[in-house]
Amino acid sequence: MCWSAGVVCAGAGLVGPVATAAHTSFTAHMTAHLLLGMLAPLLLVLGAPVTLALRALPVTWGKRLTRLLRTAPVRAATHPVVAGLMNAGGLWVLYTTSVYPLMHSSVLVHALVHAHVLVWGYVLTASLVGVDPDPHRSPVLIRSGVLVVVVAAHSILSRWLYAHPPTGVSTADGRSGAQLMYYGGDVVDVVLMVRLLHGWYTSGRQRTTPRPLPAPAAPHRPGTVRGDP
Amino acid sequence: MSDVEDTGPPLGRRTDLSGFLFGCGVAASVIDLFVFHLALQWHHFYDLSTTRVALTADGFFHAFGWFITVWGLFLLADVRRRTQVVWTRWAGAVVTGVGFFQLVDGVVSHKLLGIHQIRYGVDLLPYDMTWIGSAVLLLVVGLLVRRRAAPARASS
Repeated sequence: MCWSAGVVCAGAGLVGPVATAAHTSFTAHMTAHLLLGMLAPLLLVLGAPVTLALRALPVTWGKRLTRLLRTAPVRAATHPVVAGLMNAGGLWVLYTTSVYPLMHSSVLVHALVHAHVLVWGYVLTASLVGVDPDPHRSPVLIRSGVLVVVVAAHSILSRWLYAHPPTGVSTADGRSGAQLMYYGGDVVDVVLMVRLLHGWYTSGRQRTTPRPLPAPAAPHRPGTVRGDP
Repeated sequence: MSDVEDTGPPLGRRTDLSGFLFGCGVAASVIDLFVFHLALQWHHFYDLSTTRVALTADGFFHAFGWFITVWGLFLLADVRRRTQVVWTRWAGAVVTGVGFFQLVDGVVSHKLLGIHQIRYGVDLLPYDMTWIGSAVLLLVVGLLVRRRAAPARASS
C-alpha cells in the first residue's frame, strides 16, 4: 500500500502535468522534487521493500540479496552520514552550479538528476527510519544529528534560493518555489522526526530498568550544537 | 513496568527536560510560524538582509525547533509510561522553555545577529521591549511554577 503510493508519488514527479510544467516553472519543478525526493522515498521505505523481496524471492536469491546488502560498499552508502551528504550535497550542487540550467537542455543530465534525487532520498530515509531489518543501523543519536543537519541544510538552501534563483528562473517564480521547498520540506521532515523518535521510544519499552538518561546532553555532533547560537 | 523508585530525580529531571524542550520548540516552530508568519504576517519568510552566518544559524535554529518539539513530547510519553507525570512541574518547564526561547530569539536573533526584526516599517523599540519583557516574565513565572511543583529538588 505504502509502496504503491510511493510509486504513484514518484511517477507524478516524473511524468504527467507536474513534470511537464516543471520544464518551464521553478515552482512546479520544486513540487516534483518534493514528491520525488522526499514524499516518495518515505512511502517507499514504509512499504518495507526488502522484507517483501526476502519473503517473495526463492531462498537462493534471498541469500544473494542479503549478501549484497551486507557488502562493504552498500553498508558505507547506507550510512546516514554518507547518505545525508549525498542528499544535501546533491541539492546544493544542483541549485548553486550550472547543473540546473544544464538539466533542462540535456535529457541525460535530467534523468541522472532525477535518479540521484530519488535514490539518495530513499537511501537516506531508509538509513534514518527504515522499517526493513537493518543489522547495522546507526545509533539514534547519530541519526538524529544527521536529520537535524540535513533539515538545516534544506532550509538554508531554500532561503538562499529565495535570494538567488537559479539561472533562467524569474524572481517571483524562484521565491514561490523556495517557499514551497521550505514549508513542504518541513511537513515531510516532521514526519521523519516523529518516526525516528518513535523508534527510540518503542526500543526503550523492553527495558525493565530506567535508561541512564540519554537525553540531558544535547547531541554532540559538532554541527548540531554549534547551530544553536 | 515502572517501579516505585522510578519516580526519583531522574524522571523528575526528565519531566523538566521534556517540558523545557517542548516549550522552546513550540516557541521556535509553532508560535513563530502560526502567529508571526501566518496570522500577523509581521515576520517575512526571508528579509534578504541577513548575513551568511546568520542564515546558517537560522537554518539550524529552524531544524532544531521542530526536532526538540517532537523529542520533548516523546520524553513526556516516556515519563508517563514509567510513572505519573507531575503536570504542574511539566507545565512550569514548558512556560520556562517558551520564555527562554523568546528571550534568546529576541536578544540573539533579532538584535545581535539581525536575522530578522519583529515587524517592518515601524518604530521597533516598543516591540522589542514587549518581546523581551514578556519573555523574561514567562521565564520567571515558569521557574516559579516549576519550583512550587517540585520543592524537593534541593533535597534530591
